[in-house]
Amino acid sequence: MLSRVAETMYWLGRQVERAENAARVVAVNANLLLDLPKGIAPGWRPLVDITGANALFEEHYKDYDECHVVRFLLGEERNPGAVLSALAGARENCRTIRDIVPREGWEQINELYLYARDGLPKGLTKGGRHAYLSRVILGCQTISGLLSGTLLHDQGYDFIRLGRHLERADMTTRIVDVRSASLLPAETTELRPYATIQWVSVLRSMSAYQMYRRSEQVRVQRGPVLRFLFKSSAFPRAVNHCCERMRASLERLPRNEAALRVAGRLSRKLLGTEVQRLTQTELHRFVDELQLDIGDLHDEIARTWFPPRFGEGV
Amino acid sequence: MPIDWSDYPCDGLYDELLAAAGTARPFAAGLAADLARMGVDNLVARQEAAGVAIKEMGITFTVYSEEGGAIDRAWPFDIIPRIVPESEWRRVEAGLKQRVQALNLFIDDLYHDQKVVKDGVFPADVLDKSVNFRPQCIGVKPPLGAWAHVCGSDLVRDADGTLYVLEDNLRVPSGVSYMLENRLVTKRVFPELFEDYHPLPVDDYPSELFDTLAALSPRPGDYPEVVVLTPGIYNSAYFEHAYLAQQMGCELVEGRDLFVGEDDCVYMRTVDGPSRVDVIYRRIDDLYLDPEAFLPDSTLGVPGLLRAWKSGNVALANAPGAGVADDKVVYAFVPDIIRYYLGEAPTIANVPTYRCMDPEALAYVLEHLAELVVKPANESGGYGMLVGPASTKAERKAFAALVKADPRNYIAQPTLRLSTVPTLVGRRVEPRHVDLRPFILSADRQRVTTGGLTRVALRKGSLVVNSSQGGGSKDTWIVPDQGQGS
Repeated sequence: MLSRVAETMYWLGRQVERAENAARVVAVNANLLLDLPKGIAPGWRPLVDITGANALFEEHYKDYDECHVVRFLLGEERNPGAVLSALAGARENCRTIRDIVPREGWEQINELYLYARDGLPKGLTKGGRHAYLSRVILGCQTISGLLSGTLLHDQGYDFIRLGRHLERADMTTRIVDVRSASLLPAETTELRPYATIQWVSVLRSMSAYQMYRRSEQVRVQRGPVLRFLFKSSAFPRAVNHCCERMRASLERLPRNEAALRVAGRLSRKLLGTEVQRLTQTELHRFVDELQLDIGDLHDEIARTWFPPRFGEGV
Repeated sequence: MPIDWSDYPCDGLYDELLAAAGTARPFAAGLAADLARMGVDNLVARQEAAGVAIKEMGITFTVYSEEGGAIDRAWPFDIIPRIVPESEWRRVEAGLKQRVQALNLFIDDLYHDQKVVKDGVFPADVLDKSVNFRPQCIGVKPPLGAWAHVCGSDLVRDADGTLYVLEDNLRVPSGVSYMLENRLVTKRVFPELFEDYHPLPVDDYPSELFDTLAALSPRPGDYPEVVVLTPGIYNSAYFEHAYLAQQMGCELVEGRDLFVGEDDCVYMRTVDGPSRVDVIYRRIDDLYLDPEAFLPDSTLGVPGLLRAWKSGNVALANAPGAGVADDKVVYAFVPDIIRYYLGEAPTIANVPTYRCMDPEALAYVLEHLAELVVKPANESGGYGMLVGPASTKAERKAFAALVKADPRNYIAQPTLRLSTVPTLVGRRVEPRHVDLRPFILSADRQRVTTGGLTRVALRKGSLVVNSSQGGGSKDTWIVPDQGQGS
């Protein structure tokens, strides 16, 4: 497999995953706000905090009101984390490897991009948002399923999987970080009745609520939720699950020693930490470290398998 | 509302499907009746379905605009197929093989003994002025002696029904992927017509192309590593490059994916490390292929590629320098070239061509500019051309001066009234002008596409079939003469 193609597939995996995550985050926040009383509702700013794109946001928008944040996360073409930019990137990447991706895969990505672009005005209205986001999430899942069900499960697919799981692991840590640390700085008595709602919303943003109930069999509360989202090996959006999948993909690639070392370090850190016992400050620091490791893993993958002197594909 | 062919305005034109208003040609009678029965509403609905299919399948071509950069546009397609009876097609096919065989012998001769020049058939000064002659290729012996492995020749039919070759494209001809996709779209929107007609299939082209390329491998015996070399995603034919690579199961590479090793072999950069390449189907022009041999600042090519090719370690298709034979002045000599190398009369005629280098022809051309089409030797895409009947007096005057200053660089041809095919325009079926581009493959043996790409000028009266200038395309059906359905 060409190094350039490996890189393109990796980014394809990341961008489809990124579009899905961005859509999930918006959908769940909209839901959450309906359940919280006005005074303590965190509003829309945390969504931008999650993506870490505050500087870019503030460059273009005056304040973090709903309309601005939703536009920024769905349709702002200058924001590489926006649904539409991620899908445009995925489509462009897919276009350059049409000789590799089965035709149905390309058609699906093309169609989803066209839907996301043409349906955007509707998606930005309160009434049309739910349908728009559901369609995007479903479309991304369809693409992942289609690639899994039709693409050769060879090196190229491993690069898609690497991209997908790396992006997903990164996003899960970000969602937990923002939702637990900056959103509710302390679980004060006054907020306690709503804490459950908040954690439910964290779970929902990852379609994790039902799976959490089945797997943990305790009521929704901070400790078990953190343990589930970081350390579950069975839940596909848990950080640990993503790490295991990445290691499995890395195992199959040639010249994988260095990348496996970085991935191993990440896994050890994850499994060696009693995440449910961390204070919020400690949790925040822990997430920072994980994100640095995830960044290192990306760098190592790029160094080993991608073409020389080539910038990141958005 | 059924379609009434007696209203079809084809007087004074040669229409491919109708002999006259209300009268279909025998091989198209069934189709004309089917279309008439379907009616306009049904046709419009199917045209829309085709548009959706094209959008979904992502069949695109790239056009450039000042503000938007490269834009991907859906491929314009008209659903009414063009029919050619098989008996006529077999003759055309034989004529194309003859023509390309002679052109390959001609190119090989030019880079070796130049007998054709010594024998006075082809003038030395035409060769001297050719911008596509590559001195770097002198003496090179490409595998099987073939230079132009993929040729796209444009055929047109004049008002009297005569079929001519208008030009030969021997460098990086494109369009074949649209021929294949047009058939897929037609099958989607007109499935029942395929039950009545049995147009010969076109879809074996990718395997024929692969066999042609594989035959050139410098390492016979091994399974050859064939790659398609593209200038990249912003090239107008990128869709086709990706499509062909996909259909052949080959890697689609860009210049930066390849390098020439110290052993003068070509390698591609892969996840497993360097991997040897045997045959490159290059869709990059000669001058950008290798910065060491041609344009030094080209970033599309591969440094050292020409050296690897000359050492016989890699095959290039088409061979560098093959373009020497698609110059428009050379075109005028093709009938002589066929007679010289093959000792046969050309099966398909050239459009009658005045070579301005010949003083008598020059005088005639200058006198009749208003009736002629005058073309410079080495421009393509209709650039730098004078279309006499559509020109102003001032334009003709300016052009006359150009021709007089450099007669060798110009040829002139009578203005042809291209044949037409019924085309859905809004809610009417009207005649629109077409041409036909078949593709001819040459290596160990010759192969011709079944039919080719029919391009259609969608604007009324227009003769410009180019997709970037309002042209579209149609599916082309070669149908057996016997045993047609109703």
